[in-house]
Amino acid sequence: MASVTPRSKLDARRLLCPMPVIRVQDRVAELAPGTTLEVVCTDPGALTDIPAWCRINGHRILETRDNGEEQVVILEVGAS
Amino acid sequence: MSDPRKAVALISGGLDSLLAAKVIQEQGVHVEGINFFTGFCVEGHTHAIRKKERARPKRNNALWVAEQLGIKLHIVDIVEPYKEVVFNPRHGYGANLNPCLDCKIFMVNKAHEWLRQHSFDFIITGEVVGQRPMSQRKDTMPVVSKESGSGDLLLRPLCAKNLPETLPEREGWVKREQLYDFSGRSRKPQMALAERFGLKDYAQPAGGCCFLTDAQYASKLADLWRARGSKQYEMDDIMLLKVGRHLRPRPHFKLIISREEGEGNYLQGYRKQYVSIKTVSHPGPLALIDGEAGDEDIELAARLVARYSQGRDAPEVELEVADREGNSRLLRVRPMPAHEVPQAWHL
Repeated sequence: MASVTPRSKLDARRLLCPMPVIRVQDRVAELAPGTTLEVVCTDPGALTDIPAWCRINGHRILETRDNGEEQVVILEVGAS
Repeated sequence: MSDPRKAVALISGGLDSLLAAKVIQEQGVHVEGINFFTGFCVEGHTHAIRKKERARPKRNNALWVAEQLGIKLHIVDIVEPYKEVVFNPRHGYGANLNPCLDCKIFMVNKAHEWLRQHSFDFIITGEVVGQRPMSQRKDTMPVVSKESGSGDLLLRPLCAKNLPETLPEREGWVKREQLYDFSGRSRKPQMALAERFGLKDYAQPAGGCCFLTDAQYASKLADLWRARGSKQYEMDDIMLLKVGRHLRPRPHFKLIISREEGEGNYLQGYRKQYVSIKTVSHPGPLALIDGEAGDEDIELAARLVARYSQGRDAPEVELEVADREGNSRLLRVRPMPAHEVPQAWHL
């Protein structure tokens, strides 16, 4: 029976870049490959910076959302 | 076939560190980047805070550089340990509160620690002899190698031919003849090399990647230290120095007044930490009071805030004053005319 992938959450609100990226980097280091992580931010720059960090470090962006006040990035931890 | 040698490159996001890493990558060395966050980095924050800036596309240049090179980038938060560099630079400050030489020594030292933890072989920087007046001079570059503890593991590919051979060159991990001899402040050799590598759209080299090199910012930081009686800061302090108009009408308090909507929204987040003032009768800024202000001080502050509202020419402006617990009261004041605001109050 397939196991359900755990979802981890990270609150990076009120942090300005690159702090949300640093928090993501630190959290991802603790997570197993395949884990999904949801990050909530209030710096719109996170919508470009977190995906860029994921691309160069081998993680996958599953979804990004922006309601004007908060930005949400969901990623899947890669194997590296 | 043996594994390639591994180098960690200090990546600032500028052209020089991009080129230095590229030159070494081209020699078959495995390169990964390291980028340090001090809290004083210019890029990004103003963009994130000010509304009009948000319309422009934004990118983190260090991440962009890493992506161009196809390398991993490790971003390291050094805000806390970096304070000692800012407070007591052994080699002194530059034109403002920029401890450039100590900063470079500190960062190379941190890169050296990282190298040892991750079993990398040497360190690369984009330094060029004569490029910067403090940290990149013929006489100070050996100081960086020595005092950082990295010694001859520190390779500067863009000017290596002007410097003594380093271990990676002596051991044949890199070919010295394929390194460069750039020197001086001209950017032309770097731009030509970028063109040769087909690199476009790189961040314009300005030498202004750190707020501590900015005269106005440094003046506000020095004022903060004077007002507190000692050199100290927290992350919120150094962020707030980047936001708004700062006026100190009395030694025991200063005002941080937003200049546009984005800054007002940003300052809103600090209303539980500071007494705040907002105009009610007219559109206007949000202001925070940093320090302990009595009733007379608050009236003076309110008059100043009113001066920056659309009611500046009105006989009276109504404002809301809120304490840290959120209790608020209304206040009516006569806006302070411009000629009553001494220039010395502006930080």
